[in-house]
Amino acid sequence: MLITIKYFGLIAEVTNTEEESLEFSGTTISDLVNALHSKYDSLKNKDFQIAQNQELVDFETKLTGDEIALLPPFAGG
Amino acid sequence: MTNKKPKNVFREGPISSDFIGNSIYKHQTKTSIGAHNIFLGQVRADKIDGKTVSAIDYTAYEDMANQKFHEIREAAFEKFDLTCMHIYHSLGIVKAGEICLFVFVSSPRRKVVFKALEYIVEAIKADVPVFGKEIFEDESHQWKVNS
Repeated sequence: MLITIKYFGLIAEVTNTEEESLEFSGTTISDLVNALHSKYDSLKNKDFQIAQNQELVDFETKLTGDEIALLPPFAGG
Repeated sequence: MTNKKPKNVFREGPISSDFIGNSIYKHQTKTSIGAHNIFLGQVRADKIDGKTVSAIDYTAYEDMANQKFHEIREAAFEKFDLTCMHIYHSLGIVKAGEICLFVFVSSPRRKVVFKALEYIVEAIKADVPVFGKEIFEDESHQWKVNS
């Protein structure tokens, strides 16, 4: 499936882009994170959470094809 | 007094004292209110390894953040007897000493607004995907993490 991934803050500095679309055959968030770790080596030692369709999800969650976002630690306020 | 659709909480740049003062003024017609409470988040000139923070450049996952602000707002109206609530957060550059977060709650009675304001501000810090790039005077930067 075609997945749109958004990157924010420190994570966008690592990926050097704020958004990309990937054709991806894995089934879980964990599969996608592994693929992104291969693509962006220095992502491995960065702290981030994942949102799917604007809700935080854990690594076992199934990919639905909705928008994915990699979110570094929050710093509002 | 809740709204069904998420509002846009974000404002470009710092939140001015005129804007804050005007918000207070606008509530003078709402005479069931007996107590307001206001939180103002201000950018602090932290010293880190001998360098001083001169500004924070805020970005956000805006759609999700507005949804989270909306959920916090709904939860606060559910928990507390509030007459009204306003939240504004900056995006972009906010210099040290300027205001980046304005939370304003109002109720007929004072005890409610103390509790409600703390609840809302802590929820914003924990749950809303806003990111802050701390810019130092020498133009280097690091990413802020809420403690």
